[in-house]
Amino acid sequence: MSALEVHELRKSYGAVEAVAGISFTVEQGEVFGLLGPNGAGKTTTVEILEGYRKRDSGDVTVLGVDPEHGGRALRERIGVVLQASEPTAALTVRELHRMFAGYYSHPRDVDEVIGLVGLEEKAGARVKTLSGGQKRRLDLGLALVGDPELLFLDEPTTGFDPAARRTAWELVRSLRTLGKTVLLTTHYLDEAQQLADRVAVIRDGRIVKQGTPAQLIGAAPKVEIRYSEDGREVVIETDEPTRVLAELTGAAAAAGRELEALEVVRPSLEDVYLDLIDNPADEPSA
Amino acid sequence: MSLFLREVRNQQRLFWRNRESAVFVFIFPPMLFLLLGAVYSGKIEGFRAADVLLVGLIGYGCANTAFAGLAITLVIRRESGVLKRIRATPLPPPTYLSAFLTSTLVVFILQMLLTIALGVTLYGAKGPENRLGMIPVVLLGGACFAGLGFGATAMIRSAEGASAVVNLIVLPMAFLSGAFGPTRNYPEVLQWVADVLPLTYLIDLMNDVYLRGDSFLDHPKEIAIVTAWGLVGVAIAWRRFGWEPRER
Repeated sequence: MSALEVHELRKSYGAVEAVAGISFTVEQGEVFGLLGPNGAGKTTTVEILEGYRKRDSGDVTVLGVDPEHGGRALRERIGVVLQASEPTAALTVRELHRMFAGYYSHPRDVDEVIGLVGLEEKAGARVKTLSGGQKRRLDLGLALVGDPELLFLDEPTTGFDPAARRTAWELVRSLRTLGKTVLLTTHYLDEAQQLADRVAVIRDGRIVKQGTPAQLIGAAPKVEIRYSEDGREVVIETDEPTRVLAELTGAAAAAGRELEALEVVRPSLEDVYLDLIDNPADEPSA
Repeated sequence: MSLFLREVRNQQRLFWRNRESAVFVFIFPPMLFLLLGAVYSGKIEGFRAADVLLVGLIGYGCANTAFAGLAITLVIRRESGVLKRIRATPLPPPTYLSAFLTSTLVVFILQMLLTIALGVTLYGAKGPENRLGMIPVVLLGGACFAGLGFGATAMIRSAEGASAVVNLIVLPMAFLSGAFGPTRNYPEVLQWVADVLPLTYLIDLMNDVYLRGDSFLDHPKEIAIVTAWGLVGVAIAWRRFGWEPRER
């Protein structure tokens, strides 16, 4: 049984179709990334899977259960990190973990979870004294304390500085060693690449590309060679930059000319992503 | 320990840990009683002023705790995403809400006992004439204003506005209902307004049971009006209460 199965999922808010026919499957133990810009429909999709919203149409199962009717039994098995939530400020880190642990029938050891998210030194501190990054780690701890099989992480590092993001990534990677299935949303390409086994790029409520990060990069456009000749710019796209460059430079050197403003440009992952986001691929999903 | 009792304990810890709510909700009514008790003396409608004020401020405490405090806390929790997060746990929503309500009633009862203790020791006020009769009065009043509090929560859109909106209702209501002293010299118009307010009837009922020693069930009119107000609040909450932030 797959951990998540989503088939032709649709959801509209009034006239706006937030999710316009999305399909994907996440296997158990897999880290799956939903990658896309703000407003692409990532959060709507995740909140349908978490059981917060009703879908308009499509088939969805979460751990084999329809999330609309999963009830308490399903909530025992999932952990949730919401995009925007301010944890209860007046309790200590340990008290809040204990409180949440009490909601589950088979919770993990509270201090073990606090250690897992790296808040041992803050266990006795009030939540309001934590930094932003520490609060997100607290959210993750609260999501883990019920020992879920499946975790939903909705933009877990938005607003982090680079160092805090790297720490958070380490944390998500450690979830894999615990055997958890993770559905992650992000609008950072590098985050999806670092963390996810497979990625679906989502735009305007549709999946425009799906595959492993390597497959996504494999779809990269050709290398560009640019230079100036008689004041106009020449751009050559090629799969064989070495050969083309050798011919160009050889001819120019023989003629005693200089190739002005010569550069070789390899598209970055960012370009691949932006290309997908701006011009959805002809075939909607792989 | 059952999930419910454990959640009541969680809610108690949350309440007392939050200094603002503990001061505003718990301390404010007894403090007002001390101030007003120091100002008024003599007799009010045949009863000692301290006795009448004691009952009035217990009534105000009920509205302040079960209506104002409950609504402000719930709106803040909703807008900060706490309610939404709780909803993703296996804790059943009815268990959460009933534990929160029970915890609020516990706060109100402790507040009432403190107010009575202050009145008896400092102003020579008397304890309740009908002690057992006060139990249903307290439960009825707490349930009515909590019902209205849930209704107000559903109507208030933002955390910033919650405190202002709620106090704009509670303070004039308490003033008009005689919680802060006798209203017989108020203009007639204000007395008409007072005649529809739930706190007027709750304080009447408390006067009858606490000061006169009447039986709770001797006053079906007051019970009916207070109950009806509570049901209005519950009906609004039933239709419009939400667990997710309204403002984004």
